[in-house]
Amino acid sequence: MTKLTISGSPHVHSTMSTNKIMWNVVLAMLPALLVSIYFFGWNVLLLTCASVAACLLFECLIQKYLLKGDMSTVYDGSAVITGMLLAFNVPSNLPIWILLIGALVAIGVGKMTFGGLGKNPFNPALVGRVFLFLSFPTNMAMSAWPNPQPMFASKMVDTVSGPTSLSIIKRGGDLPALSEMFLGSMGGSLGEISAIAILLGGVYMLCRKIITWHIPVAFLGSAFIFAGILHLINPADYVNPVYHLFAGGMMLGAVFMATDMVTSPITHKGQIIFGCGCGLLTIIFRCFGPMPEGVSFAILIMNGVTPLINKYVKTNKFGYKK
Amino acid sequence: MRTFNRGGVHPEENKLARNNSIEVFPLTKKAVVFVSQHLGAPATCVVQKGDKVKVGTLLSKAEAFICANVHSPYSGTVTKVDVATDFNGFKKPAVYIDVEGDEWEENIDTTPDIVREITLDAKQIVERIKDRGIVGLGGAAFPTNVKYMLPEGKKAEYLIINGVECEPYLTSDNRIMLENTEEIFIGIEIMKKALNMNNALIGIEINKPEAIKAMTLMSAKYPGTKVVPLQMKYPQGAEKQLINALTGREVPSGKLPIEVGCVVDNVGTALAIYEAVQKNRPLVYNILTFTGKSVKPENQKNLLVRVGTPLQEIIDYCGGLPEDTGKLISGGPMMGKAIMDTSAPTVKTTSSVLVMNQKEASRQKASPCIRCGKCVDACPMGLEPVLLSTLCSQQKWEEAEKECVMDCIECGCCLFTCPANRPLLDMIRVGKFQVGAIRRARTQK
Repeated sequence: MTKLTISGSPHVHSTMSTNKIMWNVVLAMLPALLVSIYFFGWNVLLLTCASVAACLLFECLIQKYLLKGDMSTVYDGSAVITGMLLAFNVPSNLPIWILLIGALVAIGVGKMTFGGLGKNPFNPALVGRVFLFLSFPTNMAMSAWPNPQPMFASKMVDTVSGPTSLSIIKRGGDLPALSEMFLGSMGGSLGEISAIAILLGGVYMLCRKIITWHIPVAFLGSAFIFAGILHLINPADYVNPVYHLFAGGMMLGAVFMATDMVTSPITHKGQIIFGCGCGLLTIIFRCFGPMPEGVSFAILIMNGVTPLINKYVKTNKFGYKK
Repeated sequence: MRTFNRGGVHPEENKLARNNSIEVFPLTKKAVVFVSQHLGAPATCVVQKGDKVKVGTLLSKAEAFICANVHSPYSGTVTKVDVATDFNGFKKPAVYIDVEGDEWEENIDTTPDIVREITLDAKQIVERIKDRGIVGLGGAAFPTNVKYMLPEGKKAEYLIINGVECEPYLTSDNRIMLENTEEIFIGIEIMKKALNMNNALIGIEINKPEAIKAMTLMSAKYPGTKVVPLQMKYPQGAEKQLINALTGREVPSGKLPIEVGCVVDNVGTALAIYEAVQKNRPLVYNILTFTGKSVKPENQKNLLVRVGTPLQEIIDYCGGLPEDTGKLISGGPMMGKAIMDTSAPTVKTTSSVLVMNQKEASRQKASPCIRCGKCVDACPMGLEPVLLSTLCSQQKWEEAEKECVMDCIECGCCLFTCPANRPLLDMIRVGKFQVGAIRRARTQK
C-alpha cells in the first residue's frame, strides 16, 4: 500500500518563500545600481560586488564556525541585500578596505550577534553604515563627494568633487535642479542619487507584494509635511520640502531600508507610526542637527522603538467592535 | 462586489471536477456506520447484533439536546456493534451491516418527483429535522435543528445560505446548485417557515458562474431569496466571514450567529432539509468529490455516496490511487484532515477525498521568522498568528488567551501565507487545546 503522509492542515502553501522575497528585493535594487554606475563609473560595481562578497563571506564564516548553525540561510539572499544596501550608502570613492570593515560590522555586529536572520533589532546595513560614518568621518561625511559624470558624456573630464545637495541645503549654495535630483544627476552616496530608479524598485516590490505602501508613504509624507511647515514658517532658512524628499538618502531609506521586514513593525498601524517617526526624526536631524543627513539615525532609532510599537499597537480583532 | 472585511488569502482554486455530473455510487456489501456523526453529546445505539434493518431504520438515537440521530443507509443484517477506525485513526463505536438488497422504510418517499407544497408548520419542521438526523454539511456537523430553536428574545433577520465553497478542489456544492437547484430553494422556503421570516441571502463566489446563473434564475420563482455573488477569497465560507461579507455585521467573540440576527446553513444542508421535510428521507447519503492533480480527468468524480461506505471502495471505483500519491485528505486542502486509514468508512460530512501527490504531500522546511507580518495581514479574525504561535511555543497560555487565541478559526491562512513555512497554526492549535482546558477548569471551580 502507498505510504500516506499525515500532517495538520493547511495542506497547500502559497508560492512565496523567504528566498523569493530576498532575491526580489535584490532585483528591485538593480535600477538604482545601474543609474549609479552610469553616473559614477565602474568603481560603483566594484564596490558593490566587494561589499556583497564580503557580507556573504562573513555570514558564512560566522554561521559555520561561531554559531555552528544551518548554512542554508547564507544563500537566502538576505546577506546580498545587506551588502548592496551598505554599498549604496557610501560615496563612490570610498577605499575598498573601509567598506570591508563596514561589511564585517554590518553582518558580524548588526546581524549575527543577535542570532542571524530575523533576530536582529537593527537594520544591519545601517549599523555598518553608521559605524563607518562615525569611524571614518573624513571618508564618509566629507563635504566633497564625487560629482556625477555621465558615462557617455561627450567631453570626459576628471572626476570633480563637490558638496552633496544636502550640504548645500545645510550650508547654502546653488541646489541642482529638481529634475536632475529626480533622475540622479547629483552628488551623494552610490545608491541614493536617483529617485526615479529607487521608486521603480519600490513599485516593483509593491506589485510583488513584498512591501506594503504604509512605511514609505508615512515616511515620505510626514517628512514632506514637517519640512513644509518649517518652510512656511521661515522660507529663508528652510528649503522647499520637495528638495528634502529627493535629496540625500530619503528615498533610499523610505523604500529600501525602513521597509526591512525584520526591523519594522508587523501591523499596518504600527508601520504607519514607524514611518511617521522616521520622517519626523529625519527632518529634525537635517534641519536642527549638526550634520546634513539624518535618515540613517532616524531609521535606527525607530528600529529600536519597533518592539515597543509591536507590543502596544495591536490589530483590530474580529468581533470585538464596541 | 462584496467580501469579508479583513485578511484572507487566494489559494489556487483547482476545481478540477467542477463539470462532472453527480454519479450514484454502487452499494457496498459490508457497511460500517458510526454511532455518532455530529458535534455534541454522543448518540445511543439502539440496534444489536442480528437485527434486520432497512434504509432509514434508526441506528442510534439522540438523547441530549445537542445530538443527532443516525439512520441506517442500507438494508440488511447488523453483524456486530463494535469499534471501528475513522479516517484519522480514532476508534469509535460503529454498527457493522451486511448489505442485502436496497429496501427502504415504507414512510420514506423514494420517488424523484419534486414536492413543492410545504404542509408542516414551524414546530413540525424542526421536529422533522431533528428526527431525520440532519447535521450541518458545511463541515462542522452541528445538529441542524438546534439552529432553528432560537434562544429566548432573539430574532432572526437574515437566513444565510452558504454556497461559497471557498476551499480549493471541492466541487460538490457547485454540483448540487446546478443539479438540485429547485430542491435547494424549497429547502430554503422550509427554513424560512421554521424561522418565521422571509429574507434569505445565498452567497456564491464568482468562480462558479454557472451556479450563480442557475440559482439566480430560480430565485425569480422564490421571492425573498436573493443570490449574492461574492469576490473570491478564502475563507469566505467560514460562518463569521460569510455573515460579514453579506451583512457587514461581526459576530461578537465567542457568540453564535444569532447574536447578530443571522442563521447560517450550507446549500447541502438546505437540500438535506428539503429531503427530510418533503420526502421524509433521513440523512443517509451525501455528495463526495474525488479529485487531485494526479487523478486522471475521467476519474475526477462527484459521487452520491451512502454513509458508511469504506473509503477503499470509493478509491477503487475511481481507478485506484495514482502511483505518486503522497497524501489523502478528507475535506479541502486548507482545513481538511489527512486520512490515515483507507479502510475507514465515510460519514455524513465526508465532502471530498483529495489526492495529493508526493511533491505536494510534505511541507517545506521551516526557516527563521523574518517578521514580515504576512500572517497578520492574512488572518481573517484580525489576530497576530506570529505572536500567538510564539506564546504557545513558550507555553504562555494566559498571555495567549489575552491575545484571543480562542478566536482562531483554524482556517490555515497564516501557515499558507508564511514565507518561512513556520508551523504557526500547529502551535496555535496546541494553545487552543490548553487554553480550552484551562477555561473548563476555571468554570468548574
